[in-house]
Amino acid sequence: MTGWERFTDSFFNARVMAEYLPKIVDGFVLTVWLALLIIVAGLALGLLLAVLRAFGLRPLNWLIVFTVDLFRALPPLVIIVLLFFGLPNAGIELSGFVASWLALTLVLMAFAEEIFWAGITSVPKGQWEAARSTGLGFVQTLAFVVLPQALRITIPPLTNRTIAITKGTALASVVAVQDILGAANAGVSFSFNPSPLTLGAIAYLILFFPVVVLGRWIETRFAWRR
Amino acid sequence: MDVFLETFLNWRIVQEAWPILWQGFQATLLLSALVVPLGLAGGVMIALLSTATTPWVRWPLRVWVDTFRALPPLVLLVFIFAGLPFIGLDVGAWGAVAIGFFLNTGAYYGEILRAGIESVPRGQIEAARSTGLTRGQAMAYIVLPQAVRNVLPDLISNTLEVVKLTSIASVVALPELLFQARQAQSVTYNATPIMAAAVAYFVLLWPVVRLLSRLENRQLAGRR
Repeated sequence: MTGWERFTDSFFNARVMAEYLPKIVDGFVLTVWLALLIIVAGLALGLLLAVLRAFGLRPLNWLIVFTVDLFRALPPLVIIVLLFFGLPNAGIELSGFVASWLALTLVLMAFAEEIFWAGITSVPKGQWEAARSTGLGFVQTLAFVVLPQALRITIPPLTNRTIAITKGTALASVVAVQDILGAANAGVSFSFNPSPLTLGAIAYLILFFPVVVLGRWIETRFAWRR
Repeated sequence: MDVFLETFLNWRIVQEAWPILWQGFQATLLLSALVVPLGLAGGVMIALLSTATTPWVRWPLRVWVDTFRALPPLVLLVFIFAGLPFIGLDVGAWGAVAIGFFLNTGAYYGEILRAGIESVPRGQIEAARSTGLTRGQAMAYIVLPQAVRNVLPDLISNTLEVVKLTSIASVVALPELLFQARQAQSVTYNATPIMAAAVAYFVLLWPVVRLLSRLENRQLAGRR
């Protein structure tokens, strides 16, 4: 076998690829679900924390800042491992899917809160004062005057951060979730051929390449002129 | 509550697992000291290449960067570690991590530095050239220092992510902090070592997070 034949036989083996394609497709669907659930929950919780922080209750704010710092400093894989392998020692069993979802949701929540909060503080004080003087209440000012302005400038950093964190769904394979990488790993050990990994890499590129290009476009589209 | 303390914050277990954890912590520091400069070197190369005016360099470079930004780092690492040996290229855990991080973090650092270089006004390089500096000198002494300063928060933020990302090396059995903690857990049947590893990461990285939080707030607020 020449070197080239060995290369194609290993990484582009049509027989193995055909056999494991359905598994990779299943993994693809699972990865998309996991990513969507993380995005919805993470962004919602992040916005909630940022809004709570706007009320300016000292002890609550310290708690929020600490939580945010905690989940920004811890590697996502450490949180996943702690939830999946650690909790059972205390008698609490989470499935790999739930552990991964919860861990990455908390991480996205932390980063999103930070970005939303920066957006809220970037709205000039005069906006608050003007809105309050027209008779709007605190919550109304926040909802109708401050947040719409704040959200617009948060879009570019938020998009990039969300993309980066949803790529972490591949970590779920470590806790036996049959996502794209999990299915590809299983395929490699059954067939003793790395072609399923090639398929997996292609699947991730199909999923994330357009998203990365979109993120780049959003960054220039919403960029603030300096 | 007692069960919780017993399984997650057990001082006896910490003492027992300490030597293993300490080895892991040192390996994590060593690993970071290896992959951060590697990624930066790759990033500088990408950023300099992206200043090229010919589309024959710019477009392939953009596809390269977006490819490695789109592939999850763990997928890249597993591919190198578990895939390449099938064609006789066995680079080992350290080698696989080094190559994977060079490709992945290089792309991220490259994007950041490119944005930095683009943020330096053209007049700067023209003025530098007109004083007799060569293109290379103007880049090294005039443009890059300003570019780095302009994107410093992003550079620090990315470095934080890279250090956190070294934890995925545990998947290819490189004995860094998380891997050692898992080992200690399987010996002691107790989750305290993993908790200890989490605390170690937090103590190591919290100051960086605090610093970044300040820088980012100022940056976003400054955009108005």
